[in-house]
Amino acid sequence: MIPADRYYTKDHEWVKLDGTAAIVGITDHAQQALGDVTFVELPAVGKRVGAGESVAVIESVKAASDVFSPLAGTVAAVNTALSTTPEKVNEAPYDEGWICRLKDCDLEGLKNLMNAEQYGRYLQES
Amino acid sequence: MPFVANTDADRAQMLKVIGVQNVDELFDDIPPEARIQSLNLPEGLSEAEVYDHLHRLSHRNAHNLICFLGGGFYDHFIPACVDELAGRAEFYTAYTPYQPEASQGSLQAIFEYQSAICRITEMEVANASLYDGGTALYEAAMMALRITGRRKILLDSGVNPIYRNMLYCYTTNLAVAFEEIDTRHGQSDRSQIAARLDDATAAVILQNPNFFGAVDDFTDIIAMAHERGCLAIVSVYPISLGLLKTPGSMGADIVTGEGQSLGLPLSFGGPYLGFMATRREYVRKMPGRLVGLTVDAQGRRGFVLTLQAREQHIRREKAVSNICSNEALCALRALIYLAWLGRQGFREVASICAQKAEYAKTRLSAVPGVTVLKTAPTFNEFTLELPCSAVDVVSRLIDKGFAPGFPLGRYYRGMDNYLLVAVTEKRTREEIGLFAEALAGVL
Amino acid sequence: MSQLIFEKSVPGRRAANLPRLTPAERDVKLRIPKKYFRATEAPLPELSELEVVRHFLSLSHKNFCVDGNFYPLGSCTMKYNAKVCERVAALDGFSALHPLLPQLRGGGMLTQGALQVLHETERMLCEIVGMDAFSLQPLAGAHGELTGMMLIAAYHRDRGHRKTKVIIPEAAHGTNPSSAAIAGYTVINIPTGADGGLDMAAYEAAMDDGVAAVMLTCPNTLGLFEAKIRRIADIAHDHDALLYYDGANLNALLGRCRLGDLGFDVVHVNLHKTFGTPHGSGGPGAGPVGVKATLIPYLPTSVVIKRDDGTYALEYDRPKSIGYVAPFYGNFGVILRAYAYLLLLGRTGLRRVSENAVINANYVQTRLKAYYDLPYDRRCMHECVLSASRQAVRGVGAADIAKALIEHGIHPPTIYFPLVVKEALMIEPTETESRQQLDRFIEVMIEIAELAEKHPEQFQNLPRTTPVSRLDEVKAVRDTRFTA
Repeated sequence: MIPADRYYTKDHEWVKLDGTAAIVGITDHAQQALGDVTFVELPAVGKRVGAGESVAVIESVKAASDVFSPLAGTVAAVNTALSTTPEKVNEAPYDEGWICRLKDCDLEGLKNLMNAEQYGRYLQES
Repeated sequence: MPFVANTDADRAQMLKVIGVQNVDELFDDIPPEARIQSLNLPEGLSEAEVYDHLHRLSHRNAHNLICFLGGGFYDHFIPACVDELAGRAEFYTAYTPYQPEASQGSLQAIFEYQSAICRITEMEVANASLYDGGTALYEAAMMALRITGRRKILLDSGVNPIYRNMLYCYTTNLAVAFEEIDTRHGQSDRSQIAARLDDATAAVILQNPNFFGAVDDFTDIIAMAHERGCLAIVSVYPISLGLLKTPGSMGADIVTGEGQSLGLPLSFGGPYLGFMATRREYVRKMPGRLVGLTVDAQGRRGFVLTLQAREQHIRREKAVSNICSNEALCALRALIYLAWLGRQGFREVASICAQKAEYAKTRLSAVPGVTVLKTAPTFNEFTLELPCSAVDVVSRLIDKGFAPGFPLGRYYRGMDNYLLVAVTEKRTREEIGLFAEALAGVL
Repeated sequence: MSQLIFEKSVPGRRAANLPRLTPAERDVKLRIPKKYFRATEAPLPELSELEVVRHFLSLSHKNFCVDGNFYPLGSCTMKYNAKVCERVAALDGFSALHPLLPQLRGGGMLTQGALQVLHETERMLCEIVGMDAFSLQPLAGAHGELTGMMLIAAYHRDRGHRKTKVIIPEAAHGTNPSSAAIAGYTVINIPTGADGGLDMAAYEAAMDDGVAAVMLTCPNTLGLFEAKIRRIADIAHDHDALLYYDGANLNALLGRCRLGDLGFDVVHVNLHKTFGTPHGSGGPGAGPVGVKATLIPYLPTSVVIKRDDGTYALEYDRPKSIGYVAPFYGNFGVILRAYAYLLLLGRTGLRRVSENAVINANYVQTRLKAYYDLPYDRRCMHECVLSASRQAVRGVGAADIAKALIEHGIHPPTIYFPLVVKEALMIEPTETESRQQLDRFIEVMIEIAELAEKHPEQFQNLPRTTPVSRLDEVKAVRDTRFTA
């Protein structure tokens, strides 16, 4: 089930908005492709990222994937629970497995993102 | 045709299966202008001829000089079981242990090697090996830049000059600045270091014993570095750790060194063994392979390559280092050597070296015109001041059958009359005495 | 259950049998103040020599190795390691030679045998690959790649070029982009084309005057010869970019192809792959770098030269040299083994290597393509890449096939590489394997394919008869236990 309350990128990140603040994570499709997540390298609070820039790195046994920020913004908080329980990214990618919160996002970037229905079709096509 | 098993009949049958008339068709893709008709090399020799040729070449080397030459690479005794065990085909004809179920031997050996390095250096985690002490030092420097995000490194000039040259070579195209701390035949200069440590410094690099043989306790320097958020990298001579205070207990953040003295022959420059150990908190920033402990489906203990997500085959251009093949067989030799020495033997070999060096100092300082530098305590390597050029003295002593040491003027300005002398457990009292007599004879 | 050597330790046991100090040596007082001593002894294990030997013997029994098992790891070239090379490397005149000797005055004359080995190896490598000079200093293949990138950077810097990029195929071995990045370059990845070669349109679009070099493996990591290599070279040279050759797959071309004539400017070779030196469970290796004449000034110091009187010397005065990438002359013990190998094979033997390597790989490919998908159905060179995607549909992936091979006492091929092929199985038999050995491998692979069809569930429990079964790699990362 792809949550309808957020936007999606071609690299399988999701972003959920709250005004100009946002929460970022990876989709169920992404966590399945990665396999068991063993470590998440979180960004520093206060870091500015551009849309499409790497904001975190998720490691599994066989791979390390960049999480690209769906929108430009400033890192306001990170999910510190992931340092002790990185498997949350696998278990609850849309809830407890969130990666970071951004503030002061550039909402212009939304036009490059997909909604739930579009993302669903994108998954079927690839 | 050595080593190829297939006969002409085999090949003919295989070509038929493949569906080509002759083997040249399989090389059709090579552009004609690049094709070789015949290599301009002699024909292959028989095994006997090759061995004879190399045997003769080996005799054109002066390997029998009585060796007092050190400079970071030492003539230590290698027990027979190191060659026997590391010479087993199961170890030396195996590949990197990517399929753990087929490589528990290598994986457990590397795990034990990592553990042994931690135990002698008193550090928390060690990697599976790097190429040599110099590239290990370079990787440590890069690690410090990564961890701190800073771009300046203080480099003590008591660090092996060859390693310093290597650091400069590797960082030519990178935005990193080295500042050398001037150390001359004594211990590191605390006031210089204190003056240069600042918020832009990523790390200070020290060596113990340093190139002049001086022994030190870097605890105070490391504390200074930590106060300013800098890391401390210590390059250490592993045999000295049988006696001397460990970099771990001094507070070092990254420890590197050359493992040649742990059961590896001098072998004219390689293969050698770079070891590296660090704090647990930095393990993800450390280059090189890592073997970790785990269990199999039945709950039996097993070993695997782990944290591979840092490495080049996964991270590619974002990898922590590009290292792939390392020095696994050399690490195995070091492990076997340390196991053979054991707790008592490791202390003993260090003690023997130190005692013999001290004895050599008494014999050499008795030679008229020769002074043993006393600016710092030493372990098994020390500096002599001669009344004339060390290079000349060395030449004359070679003619008398000695490799008498290293003339420091080659790397340090103004030190033309200084000679670096090393003594290991292999040097007998007679050899030391003959050396002193020969030295007296040429002066 | 395996015991660690530390767990076998009993206080007071010892193996060490060291020289005893004479009274004169024992009676001198050490002048090291107590504060410089370590507080406690290093807790190394305490075993007798027999116990040490038994421990490592039991470890050795848990390894697959070329001498014991068929080992078709693609891109690794697991060929037979000649035993005479081991005997040669053990000769005292080489193994006991101190590397600083040549740095003493007249010291070159003390090491003429060793310098001759270095010089002749260099000359032979130049002839084999068609380069003008080689540096034997790099201590591994990846190290050779880094050295090559540094040479290229020096070349451009010397000419005042401002170049920041290196072009690399996506299918390349990970050491390529990581070496380029460590040398300070930005990596531009080019996808694989439909024919298995480089995507030419993407390559031409990416090429501009900011590109310093193009890194290629040929045959590429799919085992296919890069058919458009001349065009790739010309486009690079038109923009003053140098062409770099990763020698990992040189076993396919020995004695058949002069790389210099294909347009390569810098080449590295892997002595532990193509030139038969042992892999050692992960090193030591050696990655000598060859260059065209224009790059000779930048080669690492020192260089072995042969004087008019026939003696050898080390040349240090090289103002444009990039400096020292290794402490001395390279992994001499490895170079020595390769030198012996080259002398054993000679002109004809070297050519027979590539012939037999390519025949063996094509034979395996031809006989297995009915059972496993062949992503690029064309003749391969010294290695073939099959895909287990047919079996993966039944739940049996490349990893499962690998574990089944282990159960049969065969080391698996390289799996999941190159990434461009799903469920990749990269098989490189090498020239030292016989047709009978290949037939056995093919039979086992066919059996495995049939098992995947009929009983895919049986793979989960494989391997069964090895010292350990499948290991929990996730637990290894989570627990982070690296020391005893």
